[in-house]
Amino acid sequence: MVTVAELEHGQKGVIKEFSDNILPIKLLELGCLPGNMVELVQVAPLKDPIYINVNGSHIAIRRSLAKQIEIDIQEDPKAI
Amino acid sequence: MSKNVNVALIGNPNTGKTSVFNALTGLKQKVGNYPGITVEKKEGVCKLPRGVKAHILDLPGTYSLNTTSLDESVVVELLLNKNDKDYPDVAVVISDVENLKRNLLLFTQIKDLRIPAILVINMADRMSRKGISLDVQAMEKKLDTKIALISTRKNNGIERIKELIADYKSLPTKSNVDTSRISPEYFDRLQKAFPNEDLYKLWLVITQDVNFMPIEKKRIEDATSFSTKSKTELKKLQHRETVLRYQFINNTLKETYKVDFQSAKGLRATLDKVLTHKIFGYAIFFLILLTIFQAIFEWSTYPSDFIDVQFSAASEWLKNTLPSGVFTDLLAEGILTGIGGIVVFVPQIAFLFLFISLLEESGYMSRVVFLMDKLMRPFGLSGKSVVPLISGTACAIPAVMATRTIENWKERLITILVTPFTTCSARLPVYLILIALVIPEGRFLGLSYQALTLMLLYLIGFGMAIFSAMALNKILKIKSSSLFMVEMPTYRLPLLKNVAYTVLEKTKSFVFGAGKIILAISIVLWFLGSNGASEDFQNAENIVNQRIEEQGLTAYSKNYIQNNLDAYLEDAKQDSVKIMTPILKERARAQEIASYKLEHSYIGYAGKAIEPIVKPLGYDWKIGIAVLTSFAAREVFVGTLATIYSVGSDEEETIKSRMAAELDSSGQQPLFNLASGISLMLFYAFAMQCMSTLAIVKRETNTWKWPLLQLLFMSVFAYLVALTAFQILN
Repeated sequence: MVTVAELEHGQKGVIKEFSDNILPIKLLELGCLPGNMVELVQVAPLKDPIYINVNGSHIAIRRSLAKQIEIDIQEDPKAI
Repeated sequence: MSKNVNVALIGNPNTGKTSVFNALTGLKQKVGNYPGITVEKKEGVCKLPRGVKAHILDLPGTYSLNTTSLDESVVVELLLNKNDKDYPDVAVVISDVENLKRNLLLFTQIKDLRIPAILVINMADRMSRKGISLDVQAMEKKLDTKIALISTRKNNGIERIKELIADYKSLPTKSNVDTSRISPEYFDRLQKAFPNEDLYKLWLVITQDVNFMPIEKKRIEDATSFSTKSKTELKKLQHRETVLRYQFINNTLKETYKVDFQSAKGLRATLDKVLTHKIFGYAIFFLILLTIFQAIFEWSTYPSDFIDVQFSAASEWLKNTLPSGVFTDLLAEGILTGIGGIVVFVPQIAFLFLFISLLEESGYMSRVVFLMDKLMRPFGLSGKSVVPLISGTACAIPAVMATRTIENWKERLITILVTPFTTCSARLPVYLILIALVIPEGRFLGLSYQALTLMLLYLIGFGMAIFSAMALNKILKIKSSSLFMVEMPTYRLPLLKNVAYTVLEKTKSFVFGAGKIILAISIVLWFLGSNGASEDFQNAENIVNQRIEEQGLTAYSKNYIQNNLDAYLEDAKQDSVKIMTPILKERARAQEIASYKLEHSYIGYAGKAIEPIVKPLGYDWKIGIAVLTSFAAREVFVGTLATIYSVGSDEEETIKSRMAAELDSSGQQPLFNLASGISLMLFYAFAMQCMSTLAIVKRETNTWKWPLLQLLFMSVFAYLVALTAFQILN
């Protein structure tokens, strides 16, 4: 299972259909919905929290929450 | 009144809602609290075209009508309660052109409540830079509303908002999303059970945790014809609602909103790299904190000293101008000095809020939270508590006010409760004089003992603040969302107008809000210190005069006169000695009378009464009096001792030498020795001893419960620590 917590700097992923675990509604409201793109923008100096761009919303969340968001990592466009 | 249009400003945080509010109302605004809670209520009046007036209510920023905080529940409660006197005739939803998609979520919810809604799209000036193009007319049609495309920065479009508000009756009230699609089966049953009610409203009542809802909710739960669902199921439906809304929004924007990423340029990435960098990030934040600290600790002393001097001069003038009597004394010494004691805080408050609003407006504050979160987490605090805690090192009053920026109520309360432990500048005069008296000169590893002691006192204060935060985090049973989610807004140049409004509004709220309590307490303290019931107090002048007649001036007064004369002699002004001698004698007499009066005033008796309590700490009744009077403000401790030892001048050296000469009850050793000195310093490190802090905590928590608990805890704790220290060292 790959989650937002595993993203590297500048890497993107697409949010997968949620399984049973229920994400906080706030996160969904800010655009964290299945099918939307997430990008890791920054990681705090102490490795936590992380700063992501999801669907145009720039938000900081803690790693523990990031671990609950399953994604498919987008292949690095440069590598193709 | 009834003709006024009720307008509610609603919007996501960081959309410039406050700027719109300021632009609509100008200075005609009023800031208060919602009854019983500490959410700020901002209202104002706005003149509309054709002679209509609007009452504008600026609601707290929220991402949706799904509440997770007190601030948000205020919004929902208002929108669901048609009987509320502020229930809006029209909702003005503020959005930001860059985050339109997310902003529309809230808009569609309000539309579905059938409240006439206007959509304001702010920051239109950024469109070309971000490569955004809009088809406003098509969007109006899709969203079934009227749109005002504005820029508060460029002051564009405000008139359009006013026109739309004036025309609110022509706004359509159809819903955007067919909410029954959330769960047709569920909504069907709801409809059958409550045939005459708005279903979406009922849905919100069922799913939200809001203050007045338990009753409403119970009504629904008790309805025999209807069975609701479990919490988890309802949550899933809420998710479904969000998905449905985003489908509608995506559909709407697909044809009306275009972004050309090629032409989008942003400072965000570059600035973020520097400002959240593992070295530069902290270095810059540290520099900013240092500047803030410097401003409230150092720069504000100039205006504060000026205010101090002016008020003393005015008080002196009043005493000389008005006929002497009780009323003049009350006016000059009680009331005027009390007001002076309030106004003197204004420069510090203004400086702190100048910086804080710059940090907030620019978007930097969110980066601070991002940087500091991991460090503050163990103490139940977040990065937002850092600024108040550090400012508390200058003065707790603006620091406590600064906690308003902390959204999470539990965290805000903890920060308010622990901030007074940090070493504020009023403790400094007390520390300095005691350190000079009881800490020996000498060095340890090149550092003087005295400097080390001062540093230790600062560390103890900060340590205690952190430690109590940790304890409170465990103890306080306040339901608060542990969810950490902070929006990182785009960097923006702060709008000077908004900054100025914030500074003005905060200063006003302190002077008129907390000021009343401070004035009342200071008048009481003044009264107790300058009045007495006993014969001794009434006849103070005669008694002291008689004593001087019989026994001459006290040894200390003689010394005082001689020292002054010596100083004149050194200046080789022989003639002046003749003139000065009677003046000095008169001054010494006045000082002895003042001392005698204070000793026999109400507060003097109180000081003597508490002597058995403070004796185990190594204090005598004179220190007892000083501890009591310094509840006004800690630095008063020094001034009171000066009066009681009948040292007229405020010269620190004079007071110090007088204190050094004071012997304890046994007459064997100085009263201010290492044990009693440390005990006193520790007492002042932990005791609340500041009526202004008490007043501002009352104001910020909107109840007497917290300030009184805080006062009790801090005093008892300070007493115990001072007791232990004295008993060990002695």
